[in-house]
Amino acid sequence: MARDMNWWDLTGNTMRVGLFVPCYIDAFFPRVGIATLELLERFDLDVDYPFDQTCCGQPMANSGCQAEAAATERLFVANFRDYDYVVCPSGSCVHHVRSKFDAIEQTPDVTAVRSKTFELVEFLHDILKVEAFPWASFPHKVGLHNGCGSLRGLHHARPSELNEPFFSKPLDLLQKVDGIEFVTPTRPDECCGFGGTFSVFEEAVSVKMGQDKVADHTKAGADYIVSADTSCLMHQQGCAERDGSKMKFIHIAEVLNGARQ
Amino acid sequence: MNETPHSPGEARPRAAREAQPKGAADPGKGRVDHAEAAKRFIAAPEHLKFHDERLWDIRMKRDRQMHAIPEWEELRRLASAIKDHTLSHLDTYLEQFEAAAKANGVHVHWAKDGAEHNAIVLGLLRDHGAKTLIKSKSMLTEECGMRQALVEAGIEITETDLGERIQQLDAEAPSHIVMPAVHKLRRDVSDVFARTLGTEQGNDDIHYLAESQRMTTRPLILEADAGMTGGNFIIAETGAVVVCTNEGNADLSANTPKLHIVSVGIEKLLPRTSDLGVFIRLLSRSALGSPITQYTSHFRSPRAGAEMHIVLVDNGRSTRLGMPEFWTSLKCIRCGACMNTCPVYRRSGGLSYGFTYAGPIGLVIDPTFDKHKFSSLPFASTLNGSCTNVCPVKINLHEQIYAWRAVMAENHELPFAKKTAMAAAGALLASPRLFRAAIATADQALLSLPRFAQYNALNAWGKGRENPRGAGQTFHAWWAKNRAGKAKAAAPGKQPS
Repeated sequence: MARDMNWWDLTGNTMRVGLFVPCYIDAFFPRVGIATLELLERFDLDVDYPFDQTCCGQPMANSGCQAEAAATERLFVANFRDYDYVVCPSGSCVHHVRSKFDAIEQTPDVTAVRSKTFELVEFLHDILKVEAFPWASFPHKVGLHNGCGSLRGLHHARPSELNEPFFSKPLDLLQKVDGIEFVTPTRPDECCGFGGTFSVFEEAVSVKMGQDKVADHTKAGADYIVSADTSCLMHQQGCAERDGSKMKFIHIAEVLNGARQ
Repeated sequence: MNETPHSPGEARPRAAREAQPKGAADPGKGRVDHAEAAKRFIAAPEHLKFHDERLWDIRMKRDRQMHAIPEWEELRRLASAIKDHTLSHLDTYLEQFEAAAKANGVHVHWAKDGAEHNAIVLGLLRDHGAKTLIKSKSMLTEECGMRQALVEAGIEITETDLGERIQQLDAEAPSHIVMPAVHKLRRDVSDVFARTLGTEQGNDDIHYLAESQRMTTRPLILEADAGMTGGNFIIAETGAVVVCTNEGNADLSANTPKLHIVSVGIEKLLPRTSDLGVFIRLLSRSALGSPITQYTSHFRSPRAGAEMHIVLVDNGRSTRLGMPEFWTSLKCIRCGACMNTCPVYRRSGGLSYGFTYAGPIGLVIDPTFDKHKFSSLPFASTLNGSCTNVCPVKINLHEQIYAWRAVMAENHELPFAKKTAMAAAGALLASPRLFRAAIATADQALLSLPRFAQYNALNAWGKGRENPRGAGQTFHAWWAKNRAGKAKAAAPGKQPS
């Protein structure tokens, strides 16, 4: 592992990271939170989990309910203002904090928390600049799913609509995993249809998009769909299981932390 | 023919053919229900598959064209900047355009809304004793409801764009601003033509259908009293109108009768002819994935012995220009790229949006026409952002869709169930104590979190999907057990300062 010199190196302090485990990961996918924590702990960081955290406010704000989101956003800032970085294994939540967190007054605390909140892939790729995951091996065919919040909101990768040089941070990281084999669906950037409350208010379109996404990866030969966005995976998995698909779903944190299956 | 479904000549009863799904129901004074119409579109798998694949194929062609132009992103930046500039000086350029057009011998009219536009057009037709009108495709005249208004006044209108003609014959609105009948299978077109043009029942050969339409429409074109076109661009410095088509039908509409009426929105201005190249290079590549439209026609002055009139239409545009979050939607050049790439549009069909403008651009501009009627449209999006990236004039479509949601909430336009669910979710997620109690077990969490997952008794999540399974313990509980020594003083239930 290598990273640029930074102030905590000079001061001899360890980087203090606040782990943000979004509400639905906390409740339904604790293994994603555990993998993220264990992975971060491998890098000599002081990782803490503020106990009073709940959510980033996105479900309300995405429905237009700014007033209803305000208290949750304030709570988020209160929980995370004392850390050097806030790291979260969910692209859409980080996108909300960074780009849309404006239901509350933009105090110095708020703007500071917004600018130091990172999605896990970005944090590993851009801040820690991790060069190897020697403990990781994943000898499976995987299709990478970039959630839209990560892809177009956080610029995890070059989206297919733009005529710009190709890059992909999640792919850069996954390529360092031993034995992994990638397959590419025909519509790699197409949204899977979760979309937060869209998933229930536009139930028919949402489910159809999820079915199509899983089918595209299946046709490409994927055994696993890997993503930095648990919410996309939750939706796709729900569609796949209903349809009797054999597709498996795993978060990128689990793969990078050395999960074998 | 007295064909029965079970005529002896057939080996088996003809399978019930999938009917073309119809669009959103007329909401009266209520809201357009996109989700309901989308559900019916999805329940027609043949139409759905064709529609999705056809438009995705066009998106792929667009990508190939884009990659053939190294300066593509620079072109988009330029186009956006030219439109920003023009819209910021719209009054000046409109007056310049009017003066130039008049100097060219063109009559210029100003219409503040759709009704005034329709009245001006009808007045012109009456002045010229015109009873028949041929026209090329124009979303503006759809927006103004012109066809119905003129037909009620006794004018016979013939659409000359093939797709628009199909939709006219079927008494259905266009579903796409560039491909008005893209939601129809060719057998649907065959049925419409058999019913309205007398073509052979069941013959869905494309060449036969196109030729039949041509042969029946051509005489109407040659004999029409007046012609109408829209305008893709109007040029302030020259007073010229630029029309881009693939069928040449705008040229027939403009050049055959002695009266040429142009209906155009005031936002279609460009300052100079030299600005046009940027837009012509982007338009057809973005729209259809072809390098250029077959015809790019410049109309500047009336032909000898003919008259040319331009109706400049506002219909809400100057109001929109004053909306800080939404004014840049006026940059739109109506290429339809945002619709083609939109995964929701491709799976719901343009008619499910209930107005002329569908897909992402519709979600943004339809509410400017009627905030209540179109209040649910900004929610017909996953906010994935692909639309913003394909937009040749860089309209931040998905951000404007997001911004509209807050406007709708502030204006009390959210359905009661959604508003109630969000208020409950907001209270729950702002309180660590309530939140912990709510998700203590996964089964419990499913009932309350995400609250949106089961916001009412209908269980919209579970209709087509399995629920996430419980994991035994939450991450929070796992941390307390495995890293408790590190836990800070904060105890569960403690409120933030």
